[in-house]
Amino acid sequence: MGTQSTGWSGRGGAAGDYGLMRAAFAGAGTSFTEFLADYNPEYLPGRRAASLGASTGTLPFDPPHGTTIVALTFPGGVVMAGDRRATAGNVIASREIQKVFPADDYSCVGIAGVAGLAVEMVRLFQVELEHYEKIEGTTLSLDGKANRLATMIRGNLGLAMQGLAVVPLYAGYDLESSEGRIFSYDPVGGQYEEHGFHSVGSGSVYARGALKKIYRADFDATGAATAAIQALYDAADDDSATGGPDLTRRIFPIIGVATEDGYRRLAEAEIAELVQEVVDARLRRPDGPNAPLR
Amino acid sequence: MSTSFYVSPEQLMKDRADFVRKNIARTGSVVVLNYDGGILFVAENRSRVLHKVSEIYDRIGFAAAGKYNEFENLRQAGVRLADTRGYLYDRRDVSALGLANAYAQLLGSIFSEAGGKPYEAELVIAEVGERAEQDQIYRIPYDGSVVDHRGFVVIGGAADAVTAALESTYTEGPSLGVALRTAVAALAQSGGNGGENRELSPAQLEVAVLDRERQQPRKFRRLLGAHLTALLEDEPGAEEAAFEENGESAEDASGAPAAESGSDELDTNSLIDEALGEGGEGESTGDN
Repeated sequence: MGTQSTGWSGRGGAAGDYGLMRAAFAGAGTSFTEFLADYNPEYLPGRRAASLGASTGTLPFDPPHGTTIVALTFPGGVVMAGDRRATAGNVIASREIQKVFPADDYSCVGIAGVAGLAVEMVRLFQVELEHYEKIEGTTLSLDGKANRLATMIRGNLGLAMQGLAVVPLYAGYDLESSEGRIFSYDPVGGQYEEHGFHSVGSGSVYARGALKKIYRADFDATGAATAAIQALYDAADDDSATGGPDLTRRIFPIIGVATEDGYRRLAEAEIAELVQEVVDARLRRPDGPNAPLR
Repeated sequence: MSTSFYVSPEQLMKDRADFVRKNIARTGSVVVLNYDGGILFVAENRSRVLHKVSEIYDRIGFAAAGKYNEFENLRQAGVRLADTRGYLYDRRDVSALGLANAYAQLLGSIFSEAGGKPYEAELVIAEVGERAEQDQIYRIPYDGSVVDHRGFVVIGGAADAVTAALESTYTEGPSLGVALRTAVAALAQSGGNGGENRELSPAQLEVAVLDRERQQPRKFRRLLGAHLTALLEDEPGAEEAAFEENGESAEDASGAPAAESGSDELDTNSLIDEALGEGGEGESTGDN
C-alpha cells in the first residue's frame, strides 16, 4: 500500500478526483483513518506533531478547551450531556460550543480537552464508523467502535505530550446486550468501561460528586437527563471553565439519548423545560437536591 | 529472440470489448429508474449478502453488473473517494458527476492498459436531488465512457431487450409500486436466458431506493422482506408501509443487516468463492 500511495496521491494539494480514485482503488481494508493516513498523513489530527518541533514546554498560545461532559445509563439506554463553554486560559472562547455529537445511529461522543483537535477527531470518528458500515455492509459492535476511538486517541499521543490532549467520553446503546454503556479514555488512549455514570473535563470532579448522590439505577430517560443537568449545574458552580445554563441567552446544555430506537438529540424546548425546573428548585435550595444521610 | 505477431490497435480494442461485452451480457440485469419520490434500483440477485446495489454516500447509490470481485473493488474505491471528499470538504461537496468521472477515468485506463485484463463491469451511479429535476443517473460502461440517462437505464444481461420493454411500459414519474412492478415485468419478460417470460419472486430480487423524503441525510434504503412482497403484489397501503421507518433512525442501514450478516459471516466466503468460480467457468446461470 505504501508504494502505491506515493505514486498516486495528490499530496499537499486538494484532492484531485482521479489521483484520489487511483489511491482509493489501490487501497484495501475497512478503516477510513488508515486509508487517509496512506493517502496523505497530513490530513489526520495527531500526525502534525512533527511540525510542532520537539518542544515539550508550554505552548506559545492557549487553544480553546472544552470542559465538562457527563453520561449516565438508565434501564434501556444512556444519556450524555455537555455544557456549552470553551475557555482559552481565563477567557471564555465560546459560550455556545457543541461538545456532544452523534457518532452513528446508536452512539454519541462527548469531548473535553483541546476543542479544535477534538472536533476534528469526532468528525474523523463519524466517517470511520460510516465508512466501515458501507465497506463491510454491517456495523461494528459497540466494543469495536469504542476500540476504534481508543486507536484514534493513541494516534494523538505526540500532540498530547505537547499539552494538546483530547479526552472523549463515548456512550451508546449496545444492540447485542440491549443496554446503554459508557466508555472513558485517558490522553494516551487507555480505555475503561464505566458503570452507571461518568464525567470528563475540568468540572468532572464536581459533576461526578453530584452524580454519586443523585444517581438512581431506575431512572427513565427524563430522570437521567435531569440528573445530568443537575450535575452540570454543580460543575459550573465550582469550576470557572464550565458554563451553567444561560437563561438570558437561552443557551442550554446539549443532551443526547441513545436507546434501542437509536440516538436522538433532545429538542431545545424539552431541555429548556428541564433546565427551568432545575433552576427554579435551585432558587429555593442553591446547593441542589438533598440526598438522605443514611 | 522470438518475434510477436503484429496486432492492430483496432483489433486489440475490439477483441477486448467483445470479451467484456460477452461476459457482462451473461450476468443478471439491473434496472435503475426514477419514481416520483426518488430513484429505484432493481437487480436480479439471489444472494442476500453479495450486493449488486449499494450505498456510496448520502444521496448517491451504486449499481453494477459483471464480475462480482471486480465491481466490488470499484464500489469500495467509490466509497473511499466519496468519504475522503466529504471529510476534506463538506458532505454536500460529494457529487455523482465527480464520482462518475473518476470511475470513467479509472475504467478507461484499466480497459486500455496493455497487459492487464479489462474489467468485466458496468456501473450506474445515481444521485437523488432535492427536487425531481435534479436527479442524476449516469451509466459507466467497461471502456470508461459516461452516459447520462433520464428516466431509466438498464445494465447487464439482456440489457437491450429490457430497455426495449421499458421503453413501451415506462411512464414518467410513476409511484414506487408502479415503478417497481414495471421494472420487474421488464426483467421477467426479457432477462431470461432464452428470452421466455419468467416469474421473478422477491427472493430473486435485490431492491433499494434513494428516497428523497427520508429524514436522515443518508437517503439510501433497501426494501426487504414483507415490504417488498407487498409492493410487488400491489397490496393496498404497501407504499406507506415501505416508508414507515422514515421518521425513525436508520434501522435498515445498521440494525437489521448487523444481525443478519453476523450469522452469515462464514457463508459470505463460500458465496464469494461461488461467485468467482461462476465467472471463471464462463457458464453462468445468469445469477450474478
